[in-house]
Amino acid sequence: MEIDQKKMGDPFPGTVDPTADGGILVTKLDDAINWARANSLWPLVFGTSCCAIEMMSAASAKHDWSRFGFEVARATPRQADLIIVAGTIVMKMAPVLKRLYDQMADPKYVIAMGACTISGGPFFYNTYSVVKGVDHVIPVDVYIPGCPPRPEALLHAMITLQEKIKNEPYFRKPKIAL
Amino acid sequence: MTREELQSAITASFGSAQDDPASAPATITFEEGGQFLNGNVDKANLVAVMKKLRDELGFDYLFCLTCVDWKTHFTMMYHLRNMKTFDELVIKSKIEDVTAPAIDTVSHLWQTANFHEREVWDLFGVKFYNHPDLRRIFLDEEWPGFPLRKNYEDANMIEL
Repeated sequence: MEIDQKKMGDPFPGTVDPTADGGILVTKLDDAINWARANSLWPLVFGTSCCAIEMMSAASAKHDWSRFGFEVARATPRQADLIIVAGTIVMKMAPVLKRLYDQMADPKYVIAMGACTISGGPFFYNTYSVVKGVDHVIPVDVYIPGCPPRPEALLHAMITLQEKIKNEPYFRKPKIAL
Repeated sequence: MTREELQSAITASFGSAQDDPASAPATITFEEGGQFLNGNVDKANLVAVMKKLRDELGFDYLFCLTCVDWKTHFTMMYHLRNMKTFDELVIKSKIEDVTAPAIDTVSHLWQTANFHEREVWDLFGVKFYNHPDLRRIFLDEEWPGFPLRKNYEDANMIEL
């Protein structure tokens, strides 16, 4: 059976020139590293409310985010590249979230999942306790609206993040003062 | 027991003491409506009534303790259950003072009231006399004000 490479996702970014005893691979180091990084993002286990249920659904058998290289969720920030902020962040949680983010090794990425993490939520404005958007605490790469977003939406956001990573100049990354 | 039977059983239990006002633990005024049988108790008699309900009528489980801010006054709510007969009863007690509300603790009757009363203190600012450890339970120690009061204001709150 013929495999349609377009449907299988991006192939390895480079060309193989066949030689007698194998081949010569020609690629850019940026592209090769980004290809590897984008396809082995390990998310941190982090869920603070109902969005986490959808996130677990996206991780489990039916939606199975391992298909896209997200593989295993790690229970420690030191082994994770990606934090999916799934749920309402309250004032008391904000310093904990900041600490988790700080403990993750660079390069690291953040997905803000759902209305609460984007803006404080559809019903938590007039309250003393809720942070009005997680981007007040940590920088966000991809936002997913919804209350809660479906697992397909989360997968779409994660694939969008992969595209972002694949287009990063890894060795010429601009230094951002944090 | 039906609600009416429970009400008459409680009334019968408390009725005899009314003949002697000096030793009367108190009275419960019942009100109609709602999911539970509701009884109002004067806050001065609260502990005596609660002790009697626990020891003589078998309400050995306090499954909810909370407060309501009515702006003009506060109402303390005590949801009681008898774990043998599964009778349920709500006791309400009105607190008139809205600036510095206070009421006696029931934490010596039901241990669970210890944390519940700390929560009410934390969020409504109701003081519980004789409470063993009345500190904030959720918020920071230095938090200004009591967030679940109707007149609470905060820079983080966005009016819609």
